[in-house]
Amino acid sequence: MKIIVCIKQVPDTKGGVKFNPDGTLDRSAMLAIMNPDDKAGLEAALRLKDEHGGKVTVMTMGPPKAEAVLRESLAMGADEAVLITDPLLGGADTWATSQTLAGAIRNMDYDLIITGRQAIDGDTAQVGPQLSEHLNIPVISYAEEIKVDGEEIIIKRQYDDRYHIIKAKLPCLLTALSELGKPRYMTPGGIFDAFKADIEVWNRSKLIDVADSDLGLKGSPTQIAKASDKVRKGGGEKVNLDSAAAIDYIVEKLVEKNFA
Amino acid sequence: MDFILSKEHEMLRSLYQEFAEKEIKPIARDIDEEEEFPQATTKLMGQTGFLGTYIPKEYGGQGCDPLAYALCVEELSKVCATHGVIVSAHTSLCCDPILNYGTEEQKQKYLIPLAKGEKLGAFGLTEPNAGTDAQGQQTKAVLDGDEYILNGTKIFITNGKEADIYIIFAVTDIVADARGRTKKMISAFIVEKGTPGFSFGTKEKKMGIRASATYELIFTDCRIPKENLLGREGKGFGIAMATLDGGRIGIAAQALGIAAGALEATITYVKERKQFGKAIATFQNTQFMLADMATKVEAARLLVYKAAAAKKNQKMYSLEAAMAKLYASEVAMEVTTKAVQLHGGYGFIREYEVERMMRDAKITEIYEGTSEVQKMVIAANII
Repeated sequence: MKIIVCIKQVPDTKGGVKFNPDGTLDRSAMLAIMNPDDKAGLEAALRLKDEHGGKVTVMTMGPPKAEAVLRESLAMGADEAVLITDPLLGGADTWATSQTLAGAIRNMDYDLIITGRQAIDGDTAQVGPQLSEHLNIPVISYAEEIKVDGEEIIIKRQYDDRYHIIKAKLPCLLTALSELGKPRYMTPGGIFDAFKADIEVWNRSKLIDVADSDLGLKGSPTQIAKASDKVRKGGGEKVNLDSAAAIDYIVEKLVEKNFA
Repeated sequence: MDFILSKEHEMLRSLYQEFAEKEIKPIARDIDEEEEFPQATTKLMGQTGFLGTYIPKEYGGQGCDPLAYALCVEELSKVCATHGVIVSAHTSLCCDPILNYGTEEQKQKYLIPLAKGEKLGAFGLTEPNAGTDAQGQQTKAVLDGDEYILNGTKIFITNGKEADIYIIFAVTDIVADARGRTKKMISAFIVEKGTPGFSFGTKEKKMGIRASATYELIFTDCRIPKENLLGREGKGFGIAMATLDGGRIGIAAQALGIAAGALEATITYVKERKQFGKAIATFQNTQFMLADMATKVEAARLLVYKAAAAKKNQKMYSLEAAMAKLYASEVAMEVTTKAVQLHGGYGFIREYEVERMMRDAKITEIYEGTSEVQKMVIAANII
């Protein structure tokens, strides 16, 4: 089985989010990590490889330092890594990113593409589904369990209030949830090997069937005007009333706030 | 000459840190309190490759270097010194002698499962009357056909009962020199748990590293296949001493980890703890104590990493290993004692990890050669 996993290097939001004076993210002030959903996707790919054999290729678009998450993937057990980097690609939104990834993947042979559900910096959950559109393959989002049976894949998809069990023919794309499983640790030997491995570095010239007008900042229909930290919700108001009085109280509040 | 870790070693450190924080920190206090050997995390360390860091890949290891191993023991010990010594005793004292002195068959049979972490290793040299004076051995091995018959007792054995494979030293001959002085000829053996005649005695109750299993090993007419002799007959003393050189790097790294862990915990604490209306970190006494502690931890770190580099690059590294172990263990004791002092009354309470760290530090000045033995080794190398 040939699996491509698309990953992203993101700022670690655990230690708090830092901003530049102009309202954009100050990435240099935050630790860079592999996006957690992508890591779950990589773990899912490695488990499929453990079970069915095959090859796992990780791919990322980013600045040269994004190489770190590719080395980490290799140290976890991925076989090959591709870094797509070009100043022309900077400032990409989800459209330009998915166009870039599609242009790169058109060079490759694959049975399955896995992306994380969404990245913790942008939170859009758009790149995976867009990528499948560009490549004209089915997408199954929010995968919580994966089973491969011959040419078919069976996915348990998480939905708001239910699960969907979806069967699809390969090749297809799925977006991974962290519920897919706890990512394995790197191994010491894997780390040593990862730094001996060659990482393929591709630039614009390697992208197939993509117009310049669909790439980078120029090719991005959306632009972020300003980002800011979340305002924490207050603790709310607690009242201790019996059910009838509580209902009256809530209705009164809703009317007061023009919800009813 | 630069003192910057390679990218590989930096990534290794982050792996060990993540593992220690996620897997070990949540259980460290409880396993100390209950004196419970951490079987689940030991198994996970094995699966993650921590039990064969510098063993070559062809023998089931990770193919890294001694620095990768020292970093592992350091980072684990920052959070829990018990986990540090489990890895150290297994790797340095059991895998290492098989790698260096074992036959190809012994490596295939024993080293591969040890380095893969499928089996755990231990080392039995110390006896009731043979501690620092390793020549005082009384355990005997007598060749009988295709087997050696082992009789005697080993004490204070780390990973005892939990380990599957034991490197055991025993007297195989007594020879007299020209002046008639007798000398015990010691040999090393690989002994499997479960061999008839091999049993476990008392489990020691200890001051520190309480979750580490420390046992008495008892051999009563225990028959060992002749092919389990490790190295040549009569060469066991040299094997033990050379093995302990490597072991000292592990214990030095453990001591470094304990000291670094105590320093970190104390820096956090002094910024939070308020007295006389301000954080105690603002008092010059606190600052000067921390400055001394941090400087000594860094000096210990340099000695430990240098010893690890010497093991990789030199045939003999007894001097570097002894200096690292002597200094790092004394720094561990000093820094943890000061850490408790800076924590005040809270430092004496088991809720706070520095209390455990101070208890754990003491053994590093004792096992795998006391500080006094390290000084003997250093002096012998420089005079």
